[in-house]
Amino acid sequence: MTFHSILFERMEENPEKALEEPEFFINLNLDQVVKAITAGKQEYNLKPFFYVPLKDIDSIKYRQEIFRDLQNDILFENIKSFAQKMFIMREYLKQRDKLYYESQKKRLFLDAVEIYCEAVDRLAQDLSATNLRSRGFRALREYLTGYVGSAVFNLLWAETKKLLADLSSVKYSLIIYDNKIKVRKYESEADYSVEVEETFQKFKQGAVKDYRVKHDTGVSMNHIEAQILDFVAQQHPDIFSNLDNYCSKNTSYLDRTIAVFDREIQFYVAFLEYAEELKRTGLKFCYPEVSDQDKEVYDYEGFDLALAYKLIGQKLPVVCNDFYLKGKERIIVVSGPNQGGKTTFARIFGQLHYLASLGCPVPGKTAKLFLFDRILTHFEKEENIQDLQGKLLDDLVRINHILDQATSNSVIIMNEIFTSTTLDDASILSKRIMEKTIQLDVLCVWVTFIDELASFSEQTVSMVSTIVPENPALRTYKIVRKPADGLAYAVAIAEKYRLTYNSLKERVKV
Amino acid sequence: MNVFLMYPDRDYDAKQSIPPNAEALTEDLELNILFNAMTRGDDFLFDAARQSILSGLDSPDFIRYRQAILQDCLTHPEVIRQIYRIPIQSIENKRRHWMGIFSRYPSSVLHGGRELLTMFVGLLKTLKQIADEHAADFESEGFKRFFSMIQQELSDDYFALVESHLKTLQFRDGVLVSAELGTGNEGANYVLRKSNHEGQSLVKRVLTRKSPSYSYRLDPRDDHGAVALGQLRDKGINLVANAVGQSADHIDNFLNVLRLELAFYIGCLNLAEQLAQFGGAITLPEPSPSNERQLTCTGLYDVCLALTMKKKVMGNEVHADGKDIVFITGANQGGKSTFLRSIGLAQLMMQCGMFVPAETFSANVCTGLFTHYKREEDTTMKSGKFDEELGRMSAIIDHIRPDTMVLFNESFAATNEREGSEIARQIVRALLDKHVKVYYVTHLYELASGFYNQQMENAIFLRADRQRSFKLAEAEPLRTSFGTDLYNKIFRAES
Repeated sequence: MTFHSILFERMEENPEKALEEPEFFINLNLDQVVKAITAGKQEYNLKPFFYVPLKDIDSIKYRQEIFRDLQNDILFENIKSFAQKMFIMREYLKQRDKLYYESQKKRLFLDAVEIYCEAVDRLAQDLSATNLRSRGFRALREYLTGYVGSAVFNLLWAETKKLLADLSSVKYSLIIYDNKIKVRKYESEADYSVEVEETFQKFKQGAVKDYRVKHDTGVSMNHIEAQILDFVAQQHPDIFSNLDNYCSKNTSYLDRTIAVFDREIQFYVAFLEYAEELKRTGLKFCYPEVSDQDKEVYDYEGFDLALAYKLIGQKLPVVCNDFYLKGKERIIVVSGPNQGGKTTFARIFGQLHYLASLGCPVPGKTAKLFLFDRILTHFEKEENIQDLQGKLLDDLVRINHILDQATSNSVIIMNEIFTSTTLDDASILSKRIMEKTIQLDVLCVWVTFIDELASFSEQTVSMVSTIVPENPALRTYKIVRKPADGLAYAVAIAEKYRLTYNSLKERVKV
Repeated sequence: MNVFLMYPDRDYDAKQSIPPNAEALTEDLELNILFNAMTRGDDFLFDAARQSILSGLDSPDFIRYRQAILQDCLTHPEVIRQIYRIPIQSIENKRRHWMGIFSRYPSSVLHGGRELLTMFVGLLKTLKQIADEHAADFESEGFKRFFSMIQQELSDDYFALVESHLKTLQFRDGVLVSAELGTGNEGANYVLRKSNHEGQSLVKRVLTRKSPSYSYRLDPRDDHGAVALGQLRDKGINLVANAVGQSADHIDNFLNVLRLELAFYIGCLNLAEQLAQFGGAITLPEPSPSNERQLTCTGLYDVCLALTMKKKVMGNEVHADGKDIVFITGANQGGKSTFLRSIGLAQLMMQCGMFVPAETFSANVCTGLFTHYKREEDTTMKSGKFDEELGRMSAIIDHIRPDTMVLFNESFAATNEREGSEIARQIVRALLDKHVKVYYVTHLYELASGFYNQQMENAIFLRADRQRSFKLAEAEPLRTSFGTDLYNKIFRAES
């Protein structure tokens, strides 16, 4: 098998286009998730990789295998150190392009090639020493072994090393006195700073301020430094003419497949680093079993990535939730008190399915998910006081559009629809939509305030947001399977203020 | 070089955290009166006194180490004050002459550091002189070590070497720097070199040199070049400037530590002088290990009360060796609180190595001292008084370890006697089981008599008498605290 890409096993799968964010991204907070994942990695332009769900189970497995291999900490560090070196290489080349003096430009090119050779050779060695299971990494290893064994690479590296060794052997002395500077060969004079330090050694206790100044490197040389370098070059003419030849010969040293790998592997690195931050607070991730046939799905201890990321930033606890659908069950109807985590629950369902389709690990202890053809979401838009009629109409148009697009392999997320009409109207309309949804046999999460939907048919499952009875103001953010009971919240508040029927009977004396 | 006057083996850490109950201790034991007497308005001394008294030592050996040094201080106060003036002088010099390292440029770090070192050398010479004159008169392990270290490390040869460096560091003949080619062929690894031809002028040497050299002279109008040359020179002296700057800081630190560690003893001297004015007794106490139970004292008085009244106050004699709990009951305004405070103060003073306001005093050290005093009504309306008391108790419990000492003053009286006694009984019982030493001033008869009737060997009951002599005597708790006496006294006086 030849190696093409660490993201796609076969060339033809690779869409290679700068894509737009899918429509449902904002509703599911996936825009925030992808933003957080790719933060700090802008130069790799990773976002498009997150915009393309995979279409078959084998492609998902290809990536899951790679993720699993990368959970080997040593391999993960190897990859990161490779990326770091490639980054430095690019920095050298960028600096070179900004510079003015030729002898400096050429040296930066040499430095860039050196770190490239090191990076590639190191990675090839690291991969050979690692027990790899994924098809992707095995193919890469084969490719790299071939590359570093090739005559082209070996010649490049040998020349690079030789030149660097020659240059680093150059040592010279400067004498600075008033406005005059002299350059001559170094004559093994003693280090004076050490002597001063030793004299005062006896007073040393504890840490003191470091007065060393970090002099900027990589800024363009000034004419004094250039003049000095010129003198040094005159003292070593052979070395500097070899450098000239080397540069003109090796302009296209960079291997294209390796450059592509360097970018694409960051998809995995970025996701794993992001997940690690969440895992550190005790949250779990797992590799979901993904099926394109079986609609029995489940996830235990799942959470909303975007919300969790925000909460751990504020050192707040994250509440996890479970769901499962068995047999004929297809639709989770979520009802219960407001601010109880219903919308979050709906997002979890959507996020998990989407991440699974990218081949990524998903939040949760264990999960089985469905490979959808499309995700369709309907979330309430901003309230518009002026035009209630218009909003209901808009709702209907959008839902109609969703049901048109949906196939039995889709995933639908509905969040509080028909809030802009009377309860009776909303109830009637919702039931109609529910009938259509059930006919489609589609997986769906439906957040609603209409209790009757919860027990609509054997395809629907009722889940309810919960409260602490003693203190209704306290949110649990737990969504549990139980019959919808619109009274629970009100009853609890009443009890707190002793206004239930029984309490009132006791308190009101005849 | 280390000062080591507070610990035999380490520097005093001025930043160590003071215990969480510091505020309560300060309030309940009136510690600010003590601190002020030790410091006479000097903020630095105040902080040092506060820090050392609030974070005392657990080890009797360490306490004795400080006691010996304190004894030397009490014998030679004028020498101690003379040494203390050295770091003070350094601070004044810096302020008056604008000395210090105020910029990050190597050339100014070098300049500032060199100036400081020159000034420090003068002060260190004074210190050496004091050591030479007085070392023989001191007896404590701490001072013997300190003086002999000064005499050994700061020899005349050493001062000569330092002065020669300070001269070289002016670089009158220019700087000699070695370099290599680094990233991008820029100069790297600049190292300042000492010429192989010391003594000869560098310029002269270069001019007579035979090996090939290239030279470049700046055009006088080339301002950029002058800046670049200055930067290059800075790179060359970067490391030596750092070495000079850090050496100056190290000596500065040494002087600061000296000031800090002496500050405690200066505070003790100040206090001793004040107590001597009205004949208040002081004694170096005998500490015993924390797992023992010891308290024997004669003439123990409340130093804060004495300082406030500026006269000798009544002392108490107690023999409570082997006792885990001391109950103090008896007449209102009979000296119970004063006694409790004198116990707390003496314990704190002993454990930081100070003398104690008493004729004799011996006690076991404790692993922490906590006070639980009845408080004024909480004005924030956050919680009821009893709530608040239990809350504070719970906070204390969080920090208690075996061999801690807790002083209760009328605790848990904010409810009725039965409830208060029962809660207090359960708490005290638990503390004793955890090997905590307890002093309890109380009017709760049920509590005190309950323990009394058990005839425990490890409990002692002291009582303030009705005549209000402010002397406590060992006696059974009584059902009354003679409050009516006071009532009668006040009302008779008014009528």
